[in-house]
Amino acid sequence: MTTRKQIGDVVLAVDNISLTFGGVRALTDISFEVRAHQVLSIIGPNGAGKSSMLNVINGFYHPQKGLITYRGVTRKQMRPHEAARQGIARTFQNIALFKGMSTLDNIMTGRNTLMKRNLLWQALRRGPAEREELAHRERVEQIIDFLEIEHIRKTPVGKLPYGLQKRVELGRALAAEPTLLLLDEPMAGMNIEEKQDMSRFVLDVNSEFGTTIVLIEHDMGVVMDISDHVVVLDYGRKIGDGPPDEVRNNQTVIDAYLGVSHD
Amino acid sequence: MDWLFLTEVILSGLMTGVMYSLVALGFVLIFKASGVFNFAQGVMALFAALALYDFLAPEGWFNQLFGFTLPVPVAIVATVGVMIIVAWLIERLVLRHLVNQEGIILFMATIGLAYVLEGTGDILFGSDVKPLDIGLPRGAHDYLLDGYGIYIEKLEIIAAATAAVLVTVLAIFFQKTRIGRALRAVADDHQAALSVGISLRTIWVIVWAVAGIVALVAGIMWGSKSGVQFSLSLIALKALPVLILGGFTSVPGAIVGGLIIGVGEKLAEIYVGPMVGGAIENWFAYMLALAFLLVRPQGLFGEKIIERV
Repeated sequence: MTTRKQIGDVVLAVDNISLTFGGVRALTDISFEVRAHQVLSIIGPNGAGKSSMLNVINGFYHPQKGLITYRGVTRKQMRPHEAARQGIARTFQNIALFKGMSTLDNIMTGRNTLMKRNLLWQALRRGPAEREELAHRERVEQIIDFLEIEHIRKTPVGKLPYGLQKRVELGRALAAEPTLLLLDEPMAGMNIEEKQDMSRFVLDVNSEFGTTIVLIEHDMGVVMDISDHVVVLDYGRKIGDGPPDEVRNNQTVIDAYLGVSHD
Repeated sequence: MDWLFLTEVILSGLMTGVMYSLVALGFVLIFKASGVFNFAQGVMALFAALALYDFLAPEGWFNQLFGFTLPVPVAIVATVGVMIIVAWLIERLVLRHLVNQEGIILFMATIGLAYVLEGTGDILFGSDVKPLDIGLPRGAHDYLLDGYGIYIEKLEIIAAATAAVLVTVLAIFFQKTRIGRALRAVADDHQAALSVGISLRTIWVIVWAVAGIVALVAGIMWGSKSGVQFSLSLIALKALPVLILGGFTSVPGAIVGGLIIGVGEKLAEIYVGPMVGGAIENWFAYMLALAFLLVRPQGLFGEKIIERV
């Protein structure tokens, strides 16, 4: 494995985030920081609020309380397409790909925020727009090579097996050349071999491109292996925050996982 | 068999088919971009024609307010403006609140929209039949009539040419541009589209505006042919079988589907009609669509529906 990049400054800070749906408290006063080039895992039992947290970060959910500071700008909430434009890309727990499109086209959509030329030029396929399209295609081909999915370039993704769809989704997120990559259970439902592949991709993305990664994962082996930092949620509250070794030995965390009664 | 007569029937069917295609095109656009069957498409065509008529007619609002009527090209541009405003309002007041909802909910919203637009059109412009004349040539095409004895309306030839241009432009727009790819992405998955930085709001305004412009073209053609009247909104229903035949997601499909229905119903009316007492034209399209659903549910050109189970 290549040497890890130096952990840098704070890229994203969430401060006292609270989110409720009607009377249900999904998140209560959550604060944590993500530093540049870090791999940060959010763990916790089902329903702990992990996905909600990601949805707050990229603006799908708007928290009732709290602040989000991303790259030095503090906001009460993000808006999804703006988050994308500012370099936050993500994948979903239940894969959200464009099923009718090919692998190549799906990954091309990831370049959306980076394309500049106007419509007329694109329609004519001439001059600057043609060069731009070619440049984007080249980047996309590199990503396809990187993820080892050359053989399914032209296949409509709806036809692909689950593990490959997860990979295409990662590819689409990578195509945006994100500063911050959010991965919601990238290895759910995979066998050991597929998990190893995916772990390798995540680590490679982190070390080769220096991308900061926040991921949600249930497999503790994987989490402890690939994370620099772990945040633990339970019932919408933060119960642990630290390096993997520290979190592993945290009594509250162990209780949450082993199911000690809450009284 | 009278070959000349047959040719005339087929040609006239093709021309009617083009008119159906024009309406169907608007449906395809919105279906591609939001996965929604826009029930209001026919009413949009009506509304556009009414607005255009208003800019031109001496008794129109525009003349009453400003004391003059617009020349035809300016009036068309102004109507395009009106349709863009309508698209913006639809996004603002309806679609924005329905992000990530089921298709059926969006469909219901378009039914509501159809009634609102129809009512607005009625209140603003009145429900009488209005003769729309923007200077398109009328009557039979002389060369075809004198040379071959075939009767084809000039207007229909123009409609066909317009449809051809529209389809070419739209096909390029959808397949070659970034916005085209974004449109297909939005149709597939709202959340995923947002996550790659596509603004749903912008896309929706664009696509409804384009659908509005297509509706205007359809409205002009139908209005020139048979006057601007509220039954225009019912032509939308004929677009349904056209779409089932051509496929809901295919621009060329809308055209081919329209042509097949147009020719099919004329032929059926003339050759089968007498055997069953006529009026086949009214239901032939629906029966054809029904038969088609059994064999090829995605239509001739539609994307095959893939669902992993």
